[in-house]
Amino acid sequence: MMSKQYEMVIGLEVHVELATKTKIFCSCSTAFGGAPNTHTCPVCTGMPGSLPVLNKQVVEYAMAVGLATNCEITRCNKFDRKNYFYPDNPQNYQISQLYLPICRNGSVEIQTENGTKSIGIHEIHMEEDAGKLIHDEWGDCSLVDFNRSGVPLIEIVSEPDMRSAEEVIAYLDKLRMTIQYLGASDCKLQEGSMRADVNISVREAGTTKLGTRTEMKNLNSFRAIARAIENEKNRQIDLIESGEKVIQETRRWDDTKEYSYAMRSKEDAQDYRYFPEPDLVPVVINDEWIAEVKSRQPELREAKLARYKEEYGLPDYDADIITGSKRMADIFEAATAICGKPKKVSNWLMVETMRLLKEHAMEPEDITFSPKNLAKLVELADAGTINSTVAKEVFEKIFDEDIDPDEYVQENGLKTVNDEGELRTVIGQVVKDNPQSVEDYHNGKEKAIGFLVGQTMKAMKGKANPAMVNQILKELL
Amino acid sequence: MSLTSLTAVELAKKIKAKEVTVPEATKAALDAIEKREEKINSFVTVDREGALKRAEEVQKLINDKTLTGALAGVPVAIKDNMCTNGMLTTCSSKILNNFVPTYTAQAVENLEAAGAVILGKTNMDEFAMGSTTETSAFGVTRNPWNTEHVPGGSSGGSCAAVAAEECYYALGSDTGGSIRQPSAFCGVTGIKPTYGTVSRYGLIAYGSSLDQIGPVAKDVTDCAAILEVISSYDKKDSTSLKRDDTDFTSALVDDVKGMRIGIPRDYFGDGLDGEVKEAVFAAAKVLEEKGAVLEEFDLSLVEYAIPAYYVIASAEASSNLARFDGVKYGYRTGACEGLHDMYKKTRSEGFGAEVKRRIMLGSFVLSSGYYDAYYLKALRTKALIKQAFGKAFEKYDVILGPAAPTTAPRLGESLLDPIKMYLGDIYTISVNLAGLPGISLPCGIDGKGLPIGMQLIGDCFKEKNIIRAAYAFECTREYRHCSMTEE
Repeated sequence: MMSKQYEMVIGLEVHVELATKTKIFCSCSTAFGGAPNTHTCPVCTGMPGSLPVLNKQVVEYAMAVGLATNCEITRCNKFDRKNYFYPDNPQNYQISQLYLPICRNGSVEIQTENGTKSIGIHEIHMEEDAGKLIHDEWGDCSLVDFNRSGVPLIEIVSEPDMRSAEEVIAYLDKLRMTIQYLGASDCKLQEGSMRADVNISVREAGTTKLGTRTEMKNLNSFRAIARAIENEKNRQIDLIESGEKVIQETRRWDDTKEYSYAMRSKEDAQDYRYFPEPDLVPVVINDEWIAEVKSRQPELREAKLARYKEEYGLPDYDADIITGSKRMADIFEAATAICGKPKKVSNWLMVETMRLLKEHAMEPEDITFSPKNLAKLVELADAGTINSTVAKEVFEKIFDEDIDPDEYVQENGLKTVNDEGELRTVIGQVVKDNPQSVEDYHNGKEKAIGFLVGQTMKAMKGKANPAMVNQILKELL
Repeated sequence: MSLTSLTAVELAKKIKAKEVTVPEATKAALDAIEKREEKINSFVTVDREGALKRAEEVQKLINDKTLTGALAGVPVAIKDNMCTNGMLTTCSSKILNNFVPTYTAQAVENLEAAGAVILGKTNMDEFAMGSTTETSAFGVTRNPWNTEHVPGGSSGGSCAAVAAEECYYALGSDTGGSIRQPSAFCGVTGIKPTYGTVSRYGLIAYGSSLDQIGPVAKDVTDCAAILEVISSYDKKDSTSLKRDDTDFTSALVDDVKGMRIGIPRDYFGDGLDGEVKEAVFAAAKVLEEKGAVLEEFDLSLVEYAIPAYYVIASAEASSNLARFDGVKYGYRTGACEGLHDMYKKTRSEGFGAEVKRRIMLGSFVLSSGYYDAYYLKALRTKALIKQAFGKAFEKYDVILGPAAPTTAPRLGESLLDPIKMYLGDIYTISVNLAGLPGISLPCGIDGKGLPIGMQLIGDCFKEKNIIRAAYAFECTREYRHCSMTEE
């Protein structure tokens, strides 16, 4: 039984890969998944005599994130070299920002159980990513892929303002959403375009002195982050309770074993011998540039949410879900602009889209269908050209292959049959073939009509107009 | 007189006039190399076949008037720290003994576009660290004036090759005097331009904030013509400058009337050889007689330049040379166990003593707890030195002084006492710290028969001032070929 109450103090270092087309210091592509060492040049492979040239877009994305998180923008930016030897780092130094990071003193607001809370942002700096090492167990060697070397990153360093795993998740979610809305990154934890290192310490509730912190690495999902935080909290409390000391160290989380182990302690921390990067000149940011970036800032989530309720009359619940993903919101707006039926578009996104995403274990960001085809489907269903059963079938095709619903309905003959004569003939036959059900109906079994409708639909291959079927059936019975 | 005794500009004129062909000029240089290399060793790589083939191509381009520039068809030697596509580039280090770049340095590309024929790559102090060309992993280069003496360094190979007339001109690089000091020791002319004038893309970095590529040639005219060609704004080098005043040959005017020349007393104090002092003063007199106004002044801070330089250059070098680790290219140790052992052995075996000394020095001054005391202080000193020059240039158009305290030392003397060797850079180093242009040109011969060099320093972007003063001085004398070239 724990006698004392403890509280956690948590700060985050979040790395975000920026969505630039080219790398931070050369014009190689940043595309994910190319054959090893195909997106490389003398600069990003650290060839002798090569020199870095800063990609301006990186500065603009970093500024945009800083402005959206209420940071001060540093007017005279410099880069520094962080020196360390590792084969994934071709120059054996990383170009980063130590002394003058581009953004400082910001904050974001998160929603917690106890209301709104502000989380401070200590700084945001720009840096380059390293390559990837592949350990070949069979060949007893390691291989290096420099495709990722030089991909631009920003590191967002929070203040130690979080007190629980829930707050951490809320903060990360807020950052992710903001950055996605800005278009500065897709922020996918699984693919590593967003990575969080968590600094955790515990202290007795009510005290103000900070405990010794550890840094947790290798956290690849929100779930892993939450689990690792709880685990580390308990580990530290156990240590303290048993009279031992928490050691300042970096730990690596193993999510399958739900356990972390020490990677390196403060004692073997490296001296990175930072110094100003002499191959780059200072980047001076003036008011005009800031204003320009600000003016290009897209509508962020809060504003969008309010507007969806106001402009489209969407219920809170719908607006919240749809704006919860930049991709969904984009599709919603584009489809609505085409068909002018926001509530109908919203329904397709809220129900069928969410169902299919869950079924395929996909994120909203992975949606590939076009708003145009969704809008066409809304029109087809709304005009009664296809019935709702058929519409769902067509939507699955849109979701999977982004087919054109007009063409698909045409080619597969899925239009609803509204021809009364044809329907009467078919229903007449159904009534004739199912005397038992007819009798049941007349005996007051209302359900029997459902069976007859089903038989009719089956005979019509699902394309009959349901309202007409009901009406004709009742007449004939 | 052989073809190789011509200056680059003279040769280009003869080629244009069809008195000489490019292959003839190339062959003459290659023959001189064959004849003298055993004694001098100014080249790491000689590309005889490639040069002859290229000579034929260039000749065609000259014939059809595609190439018409002042250097079209003239064979050149390139210091081995500039990348040349497909040609071995070693920095005279074992650690790059097999490195063949896939791209060419921008300065070299500019020369090629102007019709240069590359003869090969010249020897240097390993990674340009040294003042004698004795730290090369491929043997010392000897001074063509007296092979018992060093040619200076680090561009000793380039300067010796020009003096020995194994090429018509050469490119060097200058981080703390590496063009100007060996030019003085070898009796040739060399310019270190304003920082940012010549692209550093493809120049294997030593001290990035100080490195500049520049020309080495027989006279000021050649140097101005070469500098005009290699200068360019290059998007690939962020420290490269956009300049519209790089028509340096326009400053080849024999007129210094009214030019204000400052003579820093600090440059003529203890440690300066008497004969050098006398020759440099005599040169100043010559300019005075031609109408220049001389004035002695105190530059100040001169004694701080060397420590500041060695802190900054070594710090940058320790980081710049980190990439030579045996992983991607260059030398890798034979037997090793695991990554760290591979790093350690590769670098221990691949780098020479002077390079290791500077990597250790640089790593030390950047390490936490020492950074402020050494590196930051050195940066502040650098800023003060720049200020001191700025003040001087309010009064003077040009600063005149010696290029080095002595003439070329004997082989083997300098490396015994590295501190003494470092002190030998005293007159050249602050020019790099302040980013200024400087020219070194011959102004006499000492009692041992070795050339004496003088240095003219200009304010940033004022290459034309020093070119003009140097040219006016040069007009009063004949170029002295070293005796080896007459054999």
